[in-house]
Amino acid sequence: MKFLLVEDNQELAEAVIGRMQLDGHVIDHADKIQDAIAFSETGEYDLILLDIMLPDGDGRDFLKQHRAARRNTPVIVLTARSQVSDRIGVLDLGADDYVTKPFDHAELQARCRAVLRRKAGAAQSELRMGDVRFDPVAGRLTVKDEVIDLRNRELRLLELLFNAPGQIFPKQKLVDRLFSYEEDVSENAVEVYIARLRKHLEPSELKITTHRGLGYRLDNV
Amino acid sequence: MCYLFLVIFSLWAASGTAQDWEDEQVFPEEQAARVLTVLSSTDTSFFASIIEGFIARNPSVQVRYLVTSTAEIDTVFRASPAAFDIVISSAMDLQIKLANDGLALEIEGLNYPNWAAWRRSLFAFTTEPAAIVINRAAFAGQSVPETRQDLIQVLRAQPEAFEDKLGTYDVRVSGVGYLFATQDARTSETYWRLMEVMGSLGTRLYCCSGDMIEDLAAGRITVAYNVLGSYAIARTDLADQIEVILPADFQTTMMRTALVSAQTGQPELATAFIRHLIDAQSNEDMFPLPPLQDAAKAGQPTITLEPALMTYLDALKKRTFLDEWVNAVIQ
Amino acid sequence: MSEAVRVSGSLRNRLTVILIGGAAILAVLLFFIVRNYAAQIAQQSQDNILGASVTSILGAAIIRDGAVEVDFPYASFSMLNTDSDDRVFYAIYQDDTLLSGYESLPLVAPDFGEGTVFRSATIQGTTLRVATASRVLIGEDRRTRISVSVAQTQDALSGVLNRISRNVALFGAGFFALATLLAFWATSTTIGQLKRLTTSVTRRGPQDLSPVVKPVPSEMVPLVSSLNHLMSRLDHSLSQSEDFIAEAAHRVRTPLATVRSHAEATLQRVGREENRQALRSMVRAIDESSRAAGQLLDHAMITFRADHLDRQDLDLVDLVQELVLRLTPVADMKDVDLRLDAAPGIRVAADPILLQNAIRNLIDNALKYSPSDSTIMIRLRSAPHIQVEICDEGPGFPPDQIGGLVARFARGSNADGIIGSGLGLTIAQDVALAHGGHISLANRPEGGACVTFSL
Repeated sequence: MKFLLVEDNQELAEAVIGRMQLDGHVIDHADKIQDAIAFSETGEYDLILLDIMLPDGDGRDFLKQHRAARRNTPVIVLTARSQVSDRIGVLDLGADDYVTKPFDHAELQARCRAVLRRKAGAAQSELRMGDVRFDPVAGRLTVKDEVIDLRNRELRLLELLFNAPGQIFPKQKLVDRLFSYEEDVSENAVEVYIARLRKHLEPSELKITTHRGLGYRLDNV
Repeated sequence: MCYLFLVIFSLWAASGTAQDWEDEQVFPEEQAARVLTVLSSTDTSFFASIIEGFIARNPSVQVRYLVTSTAEIDTVFRASPAAFDIVISSAMDLQIKLANDGLALEIEGLNYPNWAAWRRSLFAFTTEPAAIVINRAAFAGQSVPETRQDLIQVLRAQPEAFEDKLGTYDVRVSGVGYLFATQDARTSETYWRLMEVMGSLGTRLYCCSGDMIEDLAAGRITVAYNVLGSYAIARTDLADQIEVILPADFQTTMMRTALVSAQTGQPELATAFIRHLIDAQSNEDMFPLPPLQDAAKAGQPTITLEPALMTYLDALKKRTFLDEWVNAVIQ
Repeated sequence: MSEAVRVSGSLRNRLTVILIGGAAILAVLLFFIVRNYAAQIAQQSQDNILGASVTSILGAAIIRDGAVEVDFPYASFSMLNTDSDDRVFYAIYQDDTLLSGYESLPLVAPDFGEGTVFRSATIQGTTLRVATASRVLIGEDRRTRISVSVAQTQDALSGVLNRISRNVALFGAGFFALATLLAFWATSTTIGQLKRLTTSVTRRGPQDLSPVVKPVPSEMVPLVSSLNHLMSRLDHSLSQSEDFIAEAAHRVRTPLATVRSHAEATLQRVGREENRQALRSMVRAIDESSRAAGQLLDHAMITFRADHLDRQDLDLVDLVQELVLRLTPVADMKDVDLRLDAAPGIRVAADPILLQNAIRNLIDNALKYSPSDSTIMIRLRSAPHIQVEICDEGPGFPPDQIGGLVARFARGSNADGIIGSGLGLTIAQDVALAHGGHISLANRPEGGACVTFSL
């Protein structure tokens, strides 16, 4: 996926960029509206993350211009305000969703995925491995012509494993990615989801192996 | 009788003492708690039934009915207004002057037509034209004069036949005579011509209608001018001897009027009498006089009740008029 | 919220009283002026007739054979006839001697020329109007002055005056009645302008601080322009403080977001359990504080808006559907299903922002307490009342605390480990109360909590 992040706070931008790259996304960064317009005109982005308060103007003005130019790249607004009215205002101006700062990256990603799913429609973003096809945006897994709709955590777990086949993911890391910080969960909680995925993949050439004391790995048998 | 009266009148006027009435009647004979004194120019015969009707309604009242000539009524009443309760006269001019001079009592609450009353104090209750009355025998076989002009022609045609056979009011003595004369003179010049013709034939002068009628019936005179028609008609016993002519050219019609003295001691009783008088008009048996007629409806003008009647009472005017009249009639 | 305004009289009453009072004074004035004028005219016409009578008598005076004769016409008195039968008096004097007429009518010889003198006199207790004129007659050997006075009572005149007075009084009363009606009409139109302005200002939404643009009468321009000025200043300061809050929130939240993002990234790299615990606590603390701040602001906003409820006609189903759509990504993360069960087209008259806020807080709460792989049912009912029921499959409310949970900052005893400020239910409750409704809490027999939000 290719993202454009419009955020004037350098530190936050770096943190977000780092986090996004960790998930294997490509991300460009603009720190003012002028740059953001230039970027959005030249590059094809799947999604734009837009801060509202920018040094050379209001993010909402960018939104207006963006929609006026009939670009339909989805936009998620990062806002520091919490008033519902403000959020609605943003939606009315053509934003697809909003996230209140400070935000949970998992939530941000979930919202990105939801927006992309709504916007993408027929457009496929299918990944292939062996005899398995996986569409992370639609949350769809196709094994031997059987289509399985994955639940969210299954989807996120599979997405992690699919992006780095052959890499061992420690349980701890998987817990961090699947559960929010509000939930106090043990590392064993992840085993439920590993078991579900294994069941889905059973008829296929793909297999999730357990490496004692290290973690799990997706293998193409 | 007339001459006799004239003598009495002049005697009284000279001495200013005794008062003799043409007639004095008391209704009823017995003494009563209250006495209502009526001073009137109307013969008692015309009023007896009216007064009896009044007494029938007011048993404790005695009415003293005094009759004298219109002119004398004025003199007597002005001299002692407190002595009389009611004044009835056919001399409208004298009556209106009494009212104008404040000698009549204003009576409230009498719903009476405006033309028949003046200042709510003078009330008319008859309509009586002045008539030419002739002796039937004298005119036997010839046409009866319908107008004053006719009369003048008849008189001129046969002056010898009417010599000393004419009669009229002596306007110097009679109030109503003066009223008729002045109103005639006001209406038409014919009056003066008639007076000159009558004067040239030696007209007899009377104080009262009654005397004229008597003399006519007796044949002492053959024509009387300006007689009260009502009196003549009322003498049904003389209907064969006399004929009453209401002149066709114009009629001089007077209204008999009544007033209550402003100084009456019994205004309520006097007012009741006036009411009775007015009410009595509608009762033919009780009211032998011709009742009030609206001049506008009757088609004949009636002498209007207005202060202008006082015009000929003015001393200067009266003097002038009488001079002229004497010149014409007495010559 | 609205301060009691001190009342000092009523503009309408004052205006009405002044107009009606003015009309009353005018009516009385009118009465006296017209009556006085009519009296003058009536007197004038009586004088004219008296004058004519005197002139006609005087005109008839001649000297014949050395004696004065006054053969005046019948009309001299006839013209004095009136409806009220007024009494007539006259006197004709030759020099100082009464020739004829009433002695009681004193001679007042005019001082000059041929003019007629009019005066009022009282004779025998009666008020008379007397006209007097004189004329010099020249005989063969002497000059003599003839004076004539004609007098008349004033019964007809006062009758006419009484009639005129009555008519003028009626006219004045009519004028007054009409003027009173006009006064009420004028007052209500004038006050109507003020009322219309008041209505147009009162009917505005709570956020509407735009100037009054409707044309107003010129007398109201100062008021309206200072009102507009006040509103623009208020609008300016409101937007300034809004900007300030937004700026402040931005300044605070952006670094928090930075810290959170860094903490999360670090957590991915750190292996030691004690360090991970510390980082987790840090992230949780950040979430808790930002959420608390958000809810506090929301609560403040709701308290403010509840006084100026901006009721609009809304489709409740649309509103809840939109909310569900916004919250689905968050629910998905816990594999929680949000199910909406509603018949289409439930319309309510409510403040959309408050309603959204309340229901979002309730769904947020349900989400927080829902276990993974569970369902939250959101049911909308239109009968018997309009209700939104939100049921989760979580632990439910502690039965002994169920009554006090809506209190500010109250949290269930089983809320340990769940981030929350305790304001969610309070916000929902305040919104329900502001709309004349309420919320009720219950536990489902099969487990889980149910919140019913009724309007």
